[in-house]
Amino acid sequence: MSQESSLTAPHKMAYTYKRSLGPVLSRFATALRDRKILGARRADGTVMVPPKEYDPDTAAAIEELVEVGPAGVVKSWAWVGEPRAAQPLARPFAYALVQLDGADTPMVQVVDAGSEEAMKTGMRVTARWSDEATGMITDLSFVPVDGEA
Amino acid sequence: MSEQESDANEPVEMLRMPVELDYTYSAGTSASRFLRAFAEGKLLGQRCPVDGKVYIPTRGSCPQHGVPIDGEPVEVADKGTLVTYSIVRVPSENIPLELPYVAIQVVLDGADTAMHHVLSECELEDVHMGMRLQAKWKPREEWETSVGNILYFIPIDEPDAPYDSYKEHI
Repeated sequence: MSQESSLTAPHKMAYTYKRSLGPVLSRFATALRDRKILGARRADGTVMVPPKEYDPDTAAAIEELVEVGPAGVVKSWAWVGEPRAAQPLARPFAYALVQLDGADTPMVQVVDAGSEEAMKTGMRVTARWSDEATGMITDLSFVPVDGEA
Repeated sequence: MSEQESDANEPVEMLRMPVELDYTYSAGTSASRFLRAFAEGKLLGQRCPVDGKVYIPTRGSCPQHGVPIDGEPVEVADKGTLVTYSIVRVPSENIPLELPYVAIQVVLDGADTAMHHVLSECELEDVHMGMRLQAKWKPREEWETSVGNILYFIPIDEPDAPYDSYKEHI
């Protein structure tokens, strides 16, 4: 290296955040560990997934959580052809908006469909859990339901 | 990937969500020259052509006057005056120093800007502005293109610098 060239060095910036979940998301995370997906029942009777602590329209505190899924419908999706290191899967996959059975809002999650050709808006998918669920959203991903369009 | 820590029977109440940004830092021409000199035990600054102040490290331009600094570098001493400090009692994952330690701003002799470093081999109650310090270097065979070649600064037996000589750095 010549004397005029610039020196370089690896530089990793890391924030070791630890976040308190609060009462509602704590129940959601604990349910994930038990391989269940919970949504929040709002005052108008609709169910939002994932739950929030307050009703977005009325700001009323959320009290009731109900189990939804484990299957649902892909409302929209984007194919990730070249996953990056920090993404949930090392092979190509889709990020999709999945509206679970019993839910009125879709949630973003991975659909491990194998190929872009296998993805279709309106397709049915179902939950697949990691071998060791720990209460993280990454415990959950979705796979196509065989034979259902 | 994030990790979770909880007992299987307890509710999940906390979530670890580390954020990591992986960069390749490029020092640029000026800082590279400074670091290469550092590997030889020399501390290089550069003189602003407008007011003659010596900036350390070398930086290629004067931040105050916005003009290029293209003159030859100026070597400054490895001793100087402590202008301000903070006693650190809170640990940080990326700083391997034993607590408490003293974070300092030191103006090296021949320089007009302060440099951030650490003071050691000094009782906490003896730390004060104006005290004279000397760099403690790593063993020569361990020098590399890094400011880490200076382990820390230590007090030296010299009278304190007069307040007027460093007041602009406070």
